[in-house]
Amino acid sequence: MADSTTTTDRLPPAVRAEALESLLTERGLVKSEVLDGFINRFVNDVGPMNGAKVVAKAWTDDDYRAQLLADGTGAIKELGFAGPQGEHIVVVENSDDVHNVVVCTLCSCYPWPVLGLPPEWYKDPAYRSRMVREPRRLLSEMGLDLDDGVEVRVWDSSAENRYLVLPQRPEGTEGLSEEELASLVTRDAMVGVAKVSAA
Amino acid sequence: MALTLDVEGPAAPPRLNGELVFEEPWEGRSFAMAAALADGGLFTWDEFRDHLIAAIDHWESAPVGEYRYYERWQEALESVVEQCNIVARPEVDELAAAYAARPPGHDHDHQHHDHSH
Repeated sequence: MADSTTTTDRLPPAVRAEALESLLTERGLVKSEVLDGFINRFVNDVGPMNGAKVVAKAWTDDDYRAQLLADGTGAIKELGFAGPQGEHIVVVENSDDVHNVVVCTLCSCYPWPVLGLPPEWYKDPAYRSRMVREPRRLLSEMGLDLDDGVEVRVWDSSAENRYLVLPQRPEGTEGLSEEELASLVTRDAMVGVAKVSAA
Repeated sequence: MALTLDVEGPAAPPRLNGELVFEEPWEGRSFAMAAALADGGLFTWDEFRDHLIAAIDHWESAPVGEYRYYERWQEALESVVEQCNIVARPEVDELAAAYAARPPGHDHDHQHHDHSH
């Protein structure tokens, strides 16, 4: 890049990552197949479909919902979802009066076991600063217009807590099964930048 | 295999809500190295997070070019392994320079060879 001034002496990250992996492998600290396993897990097995199952169960089972709001990590683990970045998951519930949205202002903390790894926009400097400063406006730009009467609560993830939004169950879904409900729940709704719609 | 990413072809990897988890193979390797080392107890996740926050903050204090999250991640990883006396930065610099000097196309073959066993 022509305008790179401070990073011109830095080699491309691809070769730096490759070099570091070689050095760590030489020292017996990482194994190629273990790394493959981590990658495979987060590309194929862990993702928002996990969180969607949690949300659908909370919508259809009041006891589970209460448990989820009281102890997110424990209730989520009960459905088989646990692992790194899932140690302290706090679930915040949307209502007619309150809309919750999650951000990590300092880096990219995110509840991996239920949402997988965060999307690009979540890690973007603009999202991280603006969601705190002007959440209503940013949400509107992202396609979510909230009524003036709705209180917006912004949750800043930290070393201690990872947040998951429990969206409102859309109207017109009374007859749907838990599985059908789960298929409606999106990642964006569980971060709080969208609502769940019935179709 | 996650390494043989074919972004546009019929073998395109699964996408989550329409987005690739890793845009380039090295991003996945860098992610997995941090996850594996933390999992192995060589440093805690909070330690890594502190280095990641510092790397992001450093870039944001004087932005150059486009923000690339996994470049900050790789910097944080190099920084945490150096601080924990696992791998010194000059070693990474030296080997990376040697890799960068390979003829074009060689690194691709090398990675395949490395990870196919």
